[in-house]
Amino acid sequence: MTSAEPTTLVTPDMIASKGVWGPETKSYPISESDIRKWAIAVYWPETPPRIYWDADYAKTTQWGGIIAPEDFNPFAWPPERPAARASMGPVPGKKPAKGENILNGGQTDTFFIPMRPGDVITSRSRLSHWEERQGRNGLTIFAYNESEWHNQKGELVKRRISIGVRY
Amino acid sequence: MAKNVYFEDVKVGDEVPAFERKTDFMNWNRYAAVNDEFVFLHMDDEVGKAAGQGAAFGMGNLRWAYVLNALRNWIGDEAQVRELSMQFRAINHKNDVLTTVATVAQKRVEGAEHLIDLEINVRNQDGVMTAPGHATVVVPARG
Repeated sequence: MTSAEPTTLVTPDMIASKGVWGPETKSYPISESDIRKWAIAVYWPETPPRIYWDADYAKTTQWGGIIAPEDFNPFAWPPERPAARASMGPVPGKKPAKGENILNGGQTDTFFIPMRPGDVITSRSRLSHWEERQGRNGLTIFAYNESEWHNQKGELVKRRISIGVRY
Repeated sequence: MAKNVYFEDVKVGDEVPAFERKTDFMNWNRYAAVNDEFVFLHMDDEVGKAAGQGAAFGMGNLRWAYVLNALRNWIGDEAQVRELSMQFRAINHKNDVLTTVATVAQKRVEGAEHLIDLEINVRNQDGVMTAPGHATVVVPARG
């Protein structure tokens, strides 16, 4: 660690937003094609389970139709790119400053009602808390973010606690 | 694939069949394509190196997907994954062979639900356990 390194990676924005729910984000309606492509990608090269793509088969199950894999992300590919997406980590040709490197530290998801074709998912999230400590990459901050997803009927789909790492 | 696993047939210590994949660059790219995850750290070796990780590295959420796949393959379509928790402690390097590990830790009944708790991890080809955690699935009972 050099003397030029900061003593904390906590930002004023973090302090101001701690515990405060951010604005809701609404997904586009989920399509069968979105679910099918997701399942193909994560099971490749194996044929994914029919529950994710075969409507006739899915009708015979307790779900009564196609459902999405638990990890399906209905918020991928918004046509208007949120500003936050432009800052997903370091970029080529520029040495990242202390605190600009990011890692996914992990998450805990609790799954409730499955997502289905036609669903519109609403998400909200908030910064819960953080921990700072010295790690193998020097000073490192672990920020815990809490989010909730609901479907268009107001049913809880998923609750997530994710750990964002910066160093 | 209807009901694969009945509560009564599961024993503490049982191991869930593994889901294994070699994570080459195409494999990462397929996931990036569906998850809209075009992040330089996952795409550009120079950026991964500048970040102190040696090279571009894989998405934690792809390991997450592999564990969910293992659980889904095991429990079948008439059951639910209720919870999954993992910490991504080691980097997924290009061409790693990742193997899911899931072991039954506990069985319990809450109300009408029959729950199985599992210890989870993802092992790489060097035996490094990269992503410890736990999961809970809800399965049918023979009743």
